[in-house]
Order: sequence, then C-alpha cells, then structure tokens
Amino acid sequence: MNSSLTLSITTFLYGFSAFLYLIALVFKWRTPGVLATGFVFAGLIGNTAGIALRWAESYQMGIGHAPLSNLYESLVFFAWTIALLYLFIERRYGNRVIGAFTMPLAFLTMAYASLSPNISDRIQPLLPALKSNWLIAHVITCFIGYAAFAIAFGLSIMYLIRHREPGRNGSVLGRFPEPRVIDDLTHRMIMFGFLFLSVGIITGAVWANSAWGRYWGWDPKETWSLITWFIYATLLHAKMMRGWHGRRIAYLSLIGFAAVLFTYFGVNLLPGLHSYGAMGQ
Amino acid sequence: MDNKEIPGDSPHPNGLWSFFASVKLSVVLLLTLAATSVIGTLIPQNETPENYRRAFGEFYYRLFETLDIFDMYHSWWFQLLLLLLTVNIIVCSLDRLAATWKIVFAKQPRFNLNRFRSDKHKISREVPQAPEELRPVIEDLLAKKFTYRRTAETAEGFVFFAEKWRWTRLGVYVVHASVIILLIGGLLGSIFGFEGYVNIPEGEMTNTVNLRNSGKTIQLGFDIRCENFNVSFYPSGMPKEYRSRLSIIENGATVLQKDILVNHPLRFKGINIFQSSYGQLPAEISMTAAPEEITLSFTSKETGMVYNKTVRSGERIVIPEDLGEFVINDFQKTYDFRGRALGPTLIGTLVQKNGATVEVLLPFKFPGFDRMGAIIDPQRDDAVLISIDDVSSLPDQQAKRFYTGLQVTKDPGVWVVYTGFVLMIIGCVIAFFMSHQRLCVEVVRRGRQCLVTVSGSANKNKLGMHRKVETIADHLLGTAGEPLAAPVPTGQNIKKEDQ
Ligand code: HEM
Repeated sequence: MNSSLTLSITTFLYGFSAFLYLIALVFKWRTPGVLATGFVFAGLIGNTAGIALRWAESYQMGIGHAPLSNLYESLVFFAWTIALLYLFIERRYGNRVIGAFTMPLAFLTMAYASLSPNISDRIQPLLPALKSNWLIAHVITCFIGYAAFAIAFGLSIMYLIRHREPGRNGSVLGRFPEPRVIDDLTHRMIMFGFLFLSVGIITGAVWANSAWGRYWGWDPKETWSLITWFIYATLLHAKMMRGWHGRRIAYLSLIGFAAVLFTYFGVNLLPGLHSYGAMGQ
Repeated sequence: MDNKEIPGDSPHPNGLWSFFASVKLSVVLLLTLAATSVIGTLIPQNETPENYRRAFGEFYYRLFETLDIFDMYHSWWFQLLLLLLTVNIIVCSLDRLAATWKIVFAKQPRFNLNRFRSDKHKISREVPQAPEELRPVIEDLLAKKFTYRRTAETAEGFVFFAEKWRWTRLGVYVVHASVIILLIGGLLGSIFGFEGYVNIPEGEMTNTVNLRNSGKTIQLGFDIRCENFNVSFYPSGMPKEYRSRLSIIENGATVLQKDILVNHPLRFKGINIFQSSYGQLPAEISMTAAPEEITLSFTSKETGMVYNKTVRSGERIVIPEDLGEFVINDFQKTYDFRGRALGPTLIGTLVQKNGATVEVLLPFKFPGFDRMGAIIDPQRDDAVLISIDDVSSLPDQQAKRFYTGLQVTKDPGVWVVYTGFVLMIIGCVIAFFMSHQRLCVEVVRRGRQCLVTVSGSANKNKLGMHRKVETIADHLLGTAGEPLAAPVPTGQNIKKEDQ
C-alpha cells in the first residue's frame, strides 16, 4: 500500500459520499445519507493514511519532509481539512444536507489534485527556501482557513437556495436547516477561517522575513491573500450594518471564496514570476 | 455580535466624527482596498519605462504613470486609503471604547433582572425543594462555571447572578489596535529601514551595499567577509543547500562568524544578512594540477554504506562490497560537459562488477556531480556513487571561487510589526470565540416547592449561550423535573437542530 494508491481510493470515497449525500437530499432517503457519512469517515481515514504514508515515503527516499511542500500535497491537506470540519459539523448539527454542499468540494479537490496534468504528485526534495518550520505552519494554517471558507461557501449556496422559499415540511427545502441556523453557521465558519487566514498570512510574512529579509513585498500571491482577507473583513463588518443579513452576506461569502480560489490557482496565470515557493533569486 | 449595540449612538453628533466612526465607511474602505489592490497584481510593478511603453503604448503609459499605477502600493492614493482606514479605526474605536470601558471596569457588574425575566429562551421548572435547600447547590454549580457571582434575596426567594469573561469585550479593540500597530511598523520600516544587496567573492570583503530601489550605495559601518560559499545538490540536480560562511569585521577585528543558509540569516547591529543568490567569478583562477592525493567517498546504493578512501592518481583501488574497482586517470583544468563548464575535474574509470567500464567525472565544484551522472549514463549499473569527500580540505582553495549574493536589510519596524501580529491573533481569538456571558437563576417559593428559572445572555454567540443555559438548567433541575409554564418553544427548536 503506498500513498498514491491510498489517496486515489480516498478520492473515490469522497466522490461516493458526495454522490450519496445528493441522492439522500433529492430523494429524501435516509439510508444513503448514513452510508455517505460512513464514506466520509472511511475517506478521512484513507486521507490521513495517505498523508502519513507520503511522509514516511519521503524519509525512505532520504529527502524527508512534511508532506506540505507543493501544490499536490497542499490540495490533499485541503481536502482532509474540509472532510474533518464537515464531519464535525454533521455531528454537531445533525443535518446531512450540508454534506451535499461541502463534500463535493472535498471530492473535486482530490480529483483535481490527482488528475490535473499541471500538478505533479512526485515526492520532491525541498528547495533551500522551503526548509522552514514557518512554511509548514504557513501551509497548515492557510489551508485550514481555506477549508473553513470552502464550507462557508457551500453553506452560502445552501442559504441562497433555501431562503427563497418557506421550506414546507417534507419538501426538499424543508430538510435544509433553517436559514437563521445556516447564517449563524456560515458566520462561525468565516470567523474560524478569518482567524486561520490571518495566522496564515502572518506565518507567511515571518517566513518571508527569515528567507528574504522582508515580511511583505506586494507580490501577487501575497497581495491576493490580503485581498481575500479584506473581503472577509468586509463581511464581518457588514454583518453589523443594518440590512446586511442573510442574502448579502451569502453573496459576500461567495465572492470571498472566489478570491480564495484565485489566490491559490489564479495567481499563477498572472503576469509575473511567483510560483509556489519560488525562491526570489 | 450584538447588532442592537451597533448603530451609531455616538456621543458626538459632529458630522465629521460620525462620518469617521461609521462602520459603513470601513466597509467601503475595505472593499476599495480589496478592489484597487487587484490592479497591482494585473500590472507588474516597478518595471522599466521601456517595458511599460512596449506593453501599453505611449498614451496608457502616460496615464498609468500619472496615476502611479506602476508603483501603486506606494502611491499617494493608496497610502491615503490606508490613512483613511487608520483614522476610521481609531475614531470608531474611541467612539465605542468609553461605553465598553464602563462595562468592563465597573466596580460592581450590573445585572438587569427584568431583562433576564423577559428572556425568550429562559427555562423554568418546578422542583420539590425549598429555596434554602437549593441555595448551596446553585452556588456551587455557578462557582464552577463563572468567575463572578452574586446572590440577592428577594421577597419570595433568591436571585443568583453570575458572569464571566467580561474583559473579552476588549477583544475587538485589541484587533483594531493591532491593525494600527502593523501600519505604524510598516511606516517605521519604510522611513528608517533599507533593502540592499551585495555580491562578495569568496575571501573578499565589503562595507557597502547597493539599495534595491534607488540604486544608491550605503555604508554599513562594518565589513562583511565571505570566507567561503558552498552549494550542494540533490541527486536530481535540484539545489539542496546554499551556505556562506561570513565574518563580521569591525575595526579590523573579527567580531562574529557564522554560516548563513536560506532561512537562517545573520543579524548584527540591527542589520540582517540573508543568503539570496550565488554565482561564479568570470575571471577564475583555476587549479593547475591535480592534487597528489584526495579523499573520495564511495556510497553503496544497496546498503547505504559510505566508504572513504584516499586515492592517488593512477592508483587502482578496490571498492568494498564487491562494487568494483576505481582509478583516477586524468585531470582537466576545465571540463566541458555538454556545453557546461565544470571547472577543474578529475576523470576516473570505474570497472563495474559486470566488467563494464564507465567514465566517472569528479568536478571539484560540484562534489555531488556523480549522483547526477549516474542517472544520465545508461551504462552505469548505478550500484555505487562516487564523490569528492571534503572539498574544503583541498589544497588549492581558489579552484572553486564563487561569489555569494547577499540580501542586506535593516528594518527597525519589524518588532513593531511582530507585536501587531501577536496582538492580532490574540485579539481575533478573543473576539471570535469568547463572549461576556451572564447568567441569572431565580428561585421563587411556591408553597413547599419552588419555581426555578434559568436564563442567560451573552454579547456574542447567542445560540451557544442558549445551549449553555440548557445544560445548566438540566444540571440543576435534573431532566426529570416537570417543565413548567409554557414549553420553551425556541429552546427546543435549537435542541432539535443541534442533535
Ligand atoms: C483592516 C481593518 C480591520 C480589521 C482587521 C478589523 C477586524 C475586526 C474584527 C475581527 C472584529 C470582530 C468581528 C466579530 O466579532 O464578528 C471587528 C469588529 C468591529 N470592527 Fe473592525 N476591523 C477593521 C477595521 C475596522 C474599522 C475601520 C472600523 C470602523 C468603523 C471597524 C469597526 C468595528 C466594529 C464597530 C466592530 C464591532 C465591535 C463590537 O463587537 O462591538 N473595524 N473588527
């Protein structure tokens, strides 16, 4: 059993769970939902094992390092965090509808990581600039933040679907949590994400300062993470203004997540030099 | 977040003050900052005018130039936005701080009994004990869960108040202060700091660096000498480590010596020296002859064992583990490897176990070269890798003269910024996850029994507080106690959601 295989299986398990959550939602069946939870569990175990194996394999190759050093590894960790946070929410809120909106994200992340031709899943040795504990802290915290924002994104879509109709008992919408509860949970996820994004930006700045002697250089990746941070800060404050509940907050959360995605994937398309962990030589 | 507490009940009716105290302004400013920041990521910053002219044409070049788009994060208008945000945060915080301060530092916390009584989520039950019996039980429980407690006697029984984490109301002020501190730190750095670079050949020293932005030169007040520079590679050819041994020389005496690596800079008198790049000197003094003897290391791929052997030119040696035989048979001052100059190189022949002979290159500058070669050469069975063991012990140091590229910076604001970082994290944790929680338990005599009502309030996370009230009620009254009065509709609702 190696990490590659384990992680491929994980992709399928997340895929099944997402599919079953959707089936359970649309056909109002219970069993697929319960099964889906089982798949998330199994997927999470596989995901954890995959990360651990990859870590061990890097040591066997003599280039041991935490499996958080490139795009592939960070996506795997991202999926892991989404699944873990989701399970936690499912336990606490006892509602599987949320799974239909968040587990597809975990699945897509894993699928993208494994299938995209631009992403190499080879275990590579670390470039000198990447040998830093601050970098590890940076990747972990950023991705916990991104995962929380991903779940907030799923919740906001739920909110936008749900708030239109009163949600009669027995209808599909009636199975959604109440808008008030979705809104509250979204806000919690965003606070959680905002904290971790802040810590992520901070550890990134400390890393940059120890590697290049400057904590902030306005390079596109840094700038985009700051843009994301501004958007979510806006959201936190907008919530305090009259009339900024529910729907508008949900839209802001969608915009925020778009910024997250752009920070992560879009920046490489911009003119300029930054790629993941490029060394500023 | 308590939305009711927000709308501007400012004590200053002044128009300008309330303009700057408004959350609406901060929403506008934050969104504007987000939107304008995008520009600088779409248009590469600080390139040469010729590049911009070529990319945008004369008209747009002029337009963008006028708007400072090519260095927008330092432009007057971007800085103005930051300044407005700063004023906004300060005014807004001052505006609210007085009220918060009063709550947080009140000698005796105030409790509004009527507000608790009219709480929609209160839980009431009748229990078979007398109020006096209940008193110690309630007080014990509250003592476990709250830091401040007060008991008052009423005509028909008791009221117990308890609360904790009043100070957490200050959390948001810490966050806002941290933003200001960060901006101040950044300002300090840009006024009193510099960012420079310098290349120093091995064995040489300098006391000046060039500034990145202006191209000016500045004096450091001490000398930096590069004793030596080393780069090592992974088998795949990727760089593994850059290492410069630097000495700091003040008034002719070496006061500090340190190896710097990427991520491990040297700091001296507020000046930071970072490993940033390296290169080879163009006019290189080369090694003229092979050293008489040299220590080579032989690494067995299979067992991972490393054997060091001292070898003389022309002398045939047997590698342990039956890995073959090796002999050095040539030396070249510069070896041309597929168009790449390897510099002084020993050339040896490895006779493998299977009888095949392969040529092995041992360039002094790239001690790990054979690892790469092993991958390239299909003839090799790849069982043993050979490298020059310790390049630095070679007689002729000048053979591999590199220069090290150093980033030299000074930023007296960095500790201010780091303080801001720490405060921001602490402040966010407090603001997001802790709230000022108040609880009220009222016990009213009803003949031989009594009616107990639990209610609570918090300035944030109200759902969480309802849940807490429920647990406390369950704890106090036992789940067996008959629910009294109207069933608690909203409370149950929440329960259902939370199952
Ligand atoms: C980059 C700038 C800013 C950051 C990072 C920031 C951050 C925060 C955070 C994390 C909270 C807590 C939110 C919550 O509990 O949901 C908060 C609350 C608040 N912020 Fe800001 N803020 C910023 C700028 C401003 C500005 C310019 C104003 C000016 C009006 C402002 C006014 C407020 C107010 C009134 C609150 C609510 C305080 C309360 O709970 O009573 N913030 N801010």
